[in-house]
Amino acid sequence: MTAPLLDVRDLCVAYGRAEVVHNVSIKVTEGALVTVIGANGAGKTTLLNALMGLLNARGTIAFRDKPITTVSLEARVQQGLCLVPERRELFADMPVEDNLLLGGIRRSRAERNQTLEQVFAQFPRLKERRQQLAGTLSGGERQMLAMGRALMARPRLLMLDEPSLGLAPRIVRDIFQILTELRASGVSILLVEQNARAALQVADYAYVMELGAITTQGSPAEIAQDARLVESYLGLGGNDY
Amino acid sequence: MDTTIFLFLLQDGVINGAVYALVAIALVLVFAVTRVIFVPQGEFVAFAALTVAALEHGIAPSTPWLLLALGILAAISDIVWHFRDLTWKRILRIAVFDLALPVALLLLTQALAPMKLGQVVNILLAIALITPMGPMIYRIAFEPLAHSTVLVLLMAAFGVHFSLIGLGLVFFGPEGSGTTPLSSASFSLGDLVVTGQSVAVLIVTAVLLVLFALFFGRTLLGKALRACSSNRIGARLVGIPTSVAGQFSFAIAALLGAVSGILVGPLMTVFYDSGFLIGLKAFVAAIIGGLVSYPLTVIAALGVGFAEALFSFWASNFKEVLVFTLIIPVLAWRSIYAPYHEESE
Repeated sequence: MTAPLLDVRDLCVAYGRAEVVHNVSIKVTEGALVTVIGANGAGKTTLLNALMGLLNARGTIAFRDKPITTVSLEARVQQGLCLVPERRELFADMPVEDNLLLGGIRRSRAERNQTLEQVFAQFPRLKERRQQLAGTLSGGERQMLAMGRALMARPRLLMLDEPSLGLAPRIVRDIFQILTELRASGVSILLVEQNARAALQVADYAYVMELGAITTQGSPAEIAQDARLVESYLGLGGNDY
Repeated sequence: MDTTIFLFLLQDGVINGAVYALVAIALVLVFAVTRVIFVPQGEFVAFAALTVAALEHGIAPSTPWLLLALGILAAISDIVWHFRDLTWKRILRIAVFDLALPVALLLLTQALAPMKLGQVVNILLAIALITPMGPMIYRIAFEPLAHSTVLVLLMAAFGVHFSLIGLGLVFFGPEGSGTTPLSSASFSLGDLVVTGQSVAVLIVTAVLLVLFALFFGRTLLGKALRACSSNRIGARLVGIPTSVAGQFSFAIAALLGAVSGILVGPLMTVFYDSGFLIGLKAFVAAIIGGLVSYPLTVIAALGVGFAEALFSFWASNFKEVLVFTLIIPVLAWRSIYAPYHEESE
């Protein structure tokens, strides 16, 4: 059996003395879309920030079979780990195209230009607005730009933090459709979401995070059979996003 | 005041303002990329002028020794902070940049200084000696504090300023010096006599500002530096190494400081501590530009230069006080109208 692309074991993250993520262990295999769902304040964003190197953590994080727990954020990006953060963190006073080009700053010029065309093909809206300042885009377009910028680095693992946050249902549908296409094109994805219904519809495997710890894991079908989880995270509504 | 005096003051103000503009641009750049209010920026100006002055007299300046001292400190700092992840690549970089480069420049200066090879060589040598000081100072004093608050970085900047003033006294001594003008030509424009030095200052400043605008507007490296100032977390997430960006911005700041020193050397007698006042006046312009806007900063710097010329005519004893007083209405206006930004990192 091949080693998982991302192998996290017993990860603990604290803000000062307050530990908010406790002994979390998750795995992402090559080409899979794995989701971590949970309520607001469960520690999902903290987990992603620690995986990316924005926060210090205890435990082990192995990426492509190499320990990266003490590796700098910049080095993690170079190894193929990319995060689309909840707040997008775009360069608001720069045009869309410059935001994208900076996403591929570690790549050669030829690779950068080639990937830019691929991103524009994936997100035609961004091509239309390539000269527009990022700060003037709508919420959905900003999310697309944040995803496009991350894809410019040609990541081995794309991590997304609440990509549906604050977006209209139609835009959320588009974003999740793009995630499905990305997965189909071979990009491995770790998706952190509060919108459990939408996340489970596209995921291959799911973890449920509650109060800083992983409490349940399994295939989306298995999660959907857990009555407590259905009541807590999926509600009793239909199948829509 | 008649027209002739006014035009004379205007010329004087524009020349001083152009030098302040270069220093102020450096301040804005360093703040935007690293959040450091770089108080010691003026020291580069003074050290560059004193270096050229020594070379003009055929004396080897102490600048390479200062550079070597900073290089050794930067090397020690790097080794201490990266002791656990010390790679051969880093060791090689320390050996080449922090030790071999200062030693090579020291030998070159010792060899060339007695030959009195002329102004161009003196200027190039001064720029080569001052520019590497920027990244070295960043690595010694600011890189270990990179994630601290602006206030902590400001205190560190004052620490560096006082240290450099002390080192300046040790290496350059208490005597002041002036340098030969870049051009001794002069011509009349009506009642006004325009010196070649004035024209040289304006041309050099204009060329540097255009290059600066092209670098930040057209090159990916320039855009990466802008990205660091636009969103530090975003810049880190796309893999822009903020440490390299910081060192690069300090190198540009030192370069601009060195050029300012070369321009200001013929206009005044420069002492080891003269840079502080120049830096402080540039700081007034940078604050008027909100520590963000380069065009506004340049305009403000020209304004500060002209105001200084007017004040020196009307009330020369109070000219410094009056120039610094300009900052008060700007701060009052900004505190009322500028949005409050909470530090995100």
